[in-house]
Amino acid sequence: MTRIWLTAVVGIGVRQTNALLKNPALLFPSLLFPLLFFAAFAGGLSELVRIPGFDYAPGYTSFQYVFVLFQSSMFGGIFVGFAVARDFENGFARRLMLAVPHRSAIPAGYAFAAMIRAAITIAFVTVVGLVAGVQLVGSAVDIVLLFVLALLSNLLGSLWALGIALRFQSLSATPLMQVPFFVLLFLAPVYVPLDLLTGWIADIAAVNPVTFLFEAGRALLAGEPGPLAAAWLVVIVGGIVMGAWTLLGLRAAETR
Amino acid sequence: MSDGAVLTRQVAVIAERSVRRTFRQPAAIVPAIVFPIMLLFVTAGGLRAAESLPGFPDVSYFDFALAVTFMQGAIFATGGAGTDLATDIESGFLNRLSLTPMRGSAVILGQLGGAIVLGVFQATCYLAAGFIGGATIATGVGGVLAIYALVVLMAIGFGAIGVAAALRSGNGEVVQGLFPILFVLLFLSTINLPLELIPVDWFRWAATVNPITYLVDAVRSLIITGWDAQTLLVGFAIAGAIAVLGIAASAAALRGRLQRT
Repeated sequence: MTRIWLTAVVGIGVRQTNALLKNPALLFPSLLFPLLFFAAFAGGLSELVRIPGFDYAPGYTSFQYVFVLFQSSMFGGIFVGFAVARDFENGFARRLMLAVPHRSAIPAGYAFAAMIRAAITIAFVTVVGLVAGVQLVGSAVDIVLLFVLALLSNLLGSLWALGIALRFQSLSATPLMQVPFFVLLFLAPVYVPLDLLTGWIADIAAVNPVTFLFEAGRALLAGEPGPLAAAWLVVIVGGIVMGAWTLLGLRAAETR
Repeated sequence: MSDGAVLTRQVAVIAERSVRRTFRQPAAIVPAIVFPIMLLFVTAGGLRAAESLPGFPDVSYFDFALAVTFMQGAIFATGGAGTDLATDIESGFLNRLSLTPMRGSAVILGQLGGAIVLGVFQATCYLAAGFIGGATIATGVGGVLAIYALVVLMAIGFGAIGVAAALRSGNGEVVQGLFPILFVLLFLSTINLPLELIPVDWFRWAATVNPITYLVDAVRSLIITGWDAQTLLVGFAIAGAIAVLGIAASAAALRGRLQRT
């Protein structure tokens, strides 16, 4: 059973990855938007390092690299929800539900494809970042942990979007997949460290789970202490909650 | 009925249809209103620390960022006007329309009329959000009217770009494909900081040659600086040039499409 399940997961993952690599219109946005954010923020806002109290040692480009890493990874996951919605609209997903021995292989396969997509985007963003002057100050273990955190945040994004796609089965639900994560991302310390945020956004950022991912990621990149335990807690608890959300979505899709 | 009166009537009919159609699609209009306002509040909150940068204008970051919403609204106008027309082409409506006495210029101007109404509605929402957030307009009521004038010109210009793309391609996806390109231009401008505070050479160069910079600066000057004749002149000139080029491209694309059909 496990072997058949794994075969289905890999099959769906490979199909999605092939579709991505063969269609520039699908691949291009997931590479363009992180680059856009990176260029706009690292290039246009680097003067912010002169703000009193901004003391991130690797510099502003590295500071923004971590944001772009998590943003691109999460949205790489969310984009897979578009594919599922499209597959429901054209009838493929219905046939897939009849074909697989255990239907949990369907979201797992799409999530697997999302992770491959995130790995491609992370590699691309990292190469561009290094060329642009990102400093990997942390140890090799720190950097590996940073990438693992980014990949796990991709899983959170894909599970959320899969849950939406399985329930709505329509591309018209794509704003519901994107907007909550977009808001969460921008209500975290995107431009300056948490300590330099003031007003209402500081209060929200202090309890925003994405803040812990950014702060931990920046700490790992700089080889400094940071809220690592909180970040792992976010991905583990978030993964359990989002996993349940997706499986309930699968149940809803089965009964439609 | 004189020729002018006929054209005006035809433009009004197409414009009314365009406006009704837009307002009947919440999925089209809600993001165009909500997204820029949401980004305004989030960016203003996140970048408030920039107020302490030496050389930053002596205003709140919220006031500084308010101008960007109008630019985002103009970009949405591109998609709105173009996508609806592309749908008309895909469904065969434009072909049927070409068999009637309706003039081609009325089709273009009518679509742009719809974009203007949407642009003015968006601008009113952005201004209301700005006032709720505590913004003040340095140029007063006259400045608000000048902002509306610039918004109308930008809606014509960017709407015409969308119309030209729709007429040339007849494909809504191509029109939607303009959105990321315009978004890139928006991000490579002075939306987040004044030009003087951009230290990275390539970015400062990109922002300097980017026409969006001058449109943002013109609206921003009305909000935070006061009456700055040179900035306004450049802003209006660029918005006017985009409008003229956009309409010329739309007219050429329409001629080509009608010849093909």
